[in-house]
Amino acid sequence: MNFRRIFLLLAVFVLVLVAGASFYTLDETQQAIITQFGEPVDQPIREAGLHMKVPFIQKVTIFDKRILEWDGAPNQIPTEDKKYIWVNTFARWRIVDPLKFYQSVNNETAAQSRLDDIIDGVTRDIITQSPLIEIVRNSNREMTTIVEGDSGTVEPAVESQEIETITSGRSQIMDRILAKVSEMVPQYGIEVIDIRIKHINYIDDVLRKVYDRMIAERNRIAEKYRSEGQGERAKIDGQREKDLQTITSQAYKQAQQIKGEADARAARIYADAYNRDPEFYSFLQTLDSYRTTLNQNSTLFLKTDSDFLKYLKSTAPR
Amino acid sequence: MARMVNMSGKVVELPRFEGRWLRLIAIGAVVAWFLLSSFYTVDADEVGVIQRFGKYVETMQPGLHMKIPFGIETVKKVKVQRVLKEEFGYRTQAPGVRTTYEEADYSSESLMLTGDLSCALVEWIVQYRIKDPKAYLFHVRDITGTIRDLTQSAMRQVVGDHSVDEVIITNRQEISLEVRDLLQELLDHTETGVDIVTVNLQDVNPPGPVQPAFNAVNEAKQERERIINEALEAYNKVIPQAQGEAEQLRRQAEGYSVNRVNRARGDADKFLAIWQEYSRARDVTRRRMYLETMLDVMPRVKEVYIIDDKQSNLIPLLQMRGLEKGGQP
Repeated sequence: MNFRRIFLLLAVFVLVLVAGASFYTLDETQQAIITQFGEPVDQPIREAGLHMKVPFIQKVTIFDKRILEWDGAPNQIPTEDKKYIWVNTFARWRIVDPLKFYQSVNNETAAQSRLDDIIDGVTRDIITQSPLIEIVRNSNREMTTIVEGDSGTVEPAVESQEIETITSGRSQIMDRILAKVSEMVPQYGIEVIDIRIKHINYIDDVLRKVYDRMIAERNRIAEKYRSEGQGERAKIDGQREKDLQTITSQAYKQAQQIKGEADARAARIYADAYNRDPEFYSFLQTLDSYRTTLNQNSTLFLKTDSDFLKYLKSTAPR
Repeated sequence: MARMVNMSGKVVELPRFEGRWLRLIAIGAVVAWFLLSSFYTVDADEVGVIQRFGKYVETMQPGLHMKIPFGIETVKKVKVQRVLKEEFGYRTQAPGVRTTYEEADYSSESLMLTGDLSCALVEWIVQYRIKDPKAYLFHVRDITGTIRDLTQSAMRQVVGDHSVDEVIITNRQEISLEVRDLLQELLDHTETGVDIVTVNLQDVNPPGPVQPAFNAVNEAKQERERIINEALEAYNKVIPQAQGEAEQLRRQAEGYSVNRVNRARGDADKFLAIWQEYSRARDVTRRRMYLETMLDVMPRVKEVYIIDDKQSNLIPLLQMRGLEKGGQP
């Protein structure tokens, strides 16, 4: 009885072992190759789920099916126009042929190092063949810069350096890198999905010069603002002077006109009245002038035959 | 039926272990495992992705659900409603009422070349949501890293097509939208299953050494406004006063005019009135007026000499007068 029990237990144990060795599961993120004594059997398994194999003889090697990352170290590369820049690229890739991958590079770490060599090399080749502007810009989109006029408007950039046109641009350069790399990686069972430039930066020496240029540019704009202010002030001052002269002279002109008109009217009124009897007017006026001109300092000589004294000699009417 | 074991001559009685209890515990454990691995809940802000032997089966909506137990079916929960955020150029240390930021320098992330070959420090955030949980879980290994790399690449590509002024001052909104669209395109190309909610430029500054020059531009702008205002002030100080003074001059002239005309009219009327009476009795009036004037004038003058027609020499008379007054010749 005891012996039978042990045998049963052993049988169950072996069964579980065989079952365990016959089945394997693949996650959605995984793919696998089956090898029999090191020799690949069938096509790679890409379908997730429960799978069977010959126990103990066949071996399953699992690879990632997902898109994997590759991040390059920043490289100092001169551009075609001899400007030194730091270029930092990254890529996304995946294992499309696990068998080839297994045979040629075996594991991911090795693959990364192959990618380092390939992508860095291609990037360097293409960057050194391209002028900086082609790498920085992506299109010939017209840029604006603040060269503020009197109205504060933004005008298109004027500097020759800034309107340099490009023939390809960054995304085409990245496409070229990708195309060239894509030719080289299939032998490793790899597909590179995209290669993109993450950073481009000037090296420190160049950066300082760029900063100097930017400062000079800003100073130029600042100077422009200041001189605009001065100009505007001169304009306003001139306008003030002009307005002032206009206002005062116009007032003077009008005042003189009004006065002249008044004088003319007065003259006419006088003339109209006095013309009725000019003799009487001069008589009256003369009498008036006696009153005003003769005073206590005056000495008057009167002849006895004057109108005033004529009765002094005789009362007889003449 | 206690088991006896002979240990170095001593007989020890092991505690009785009932097979019934053992079975019960085993069954209980299995039942517990069954229940725990059969039922699961999906929260309101997530979905559950079910895999059977690793293979994707279906995506479950929020609620209480059942699955095949014992690890045959597994569930991965993905927060599809939650908006996730990545920061570039800075890091939030502790969000809160007063959010604190890390002091570390992230200028390697934020320093970028603009289209006019200048530099700018751009800080921004990306908010995204998981659109396709299946793709999110199964297509890309390092999804956060992918989003970060692609975002940086997209931002730099777009900034590379704008001038430094556009990046810092005028076209921020446009850049955000352009990056958003480009990034979405790249993420779709990489099959990340991620939907960009928004790309937001935060602080965008000129690089440190250039900053004073940028500030100087602002100062110059202020200065321009100040100078213009001063000039306008001077203008306003003078012109309204001059206008008032001009008006004064005009009114004075008008006053003069009224005065002049009124006086003329008065004089004329007066003359005419007198003249009318005069013309009725010319001789008498004339005499009367003459005599009245003389009467008025005579008392006022210092001396009056009366000279007869026959007397032609005045001097003796004057001398006589002098003797009379002073007593001496």
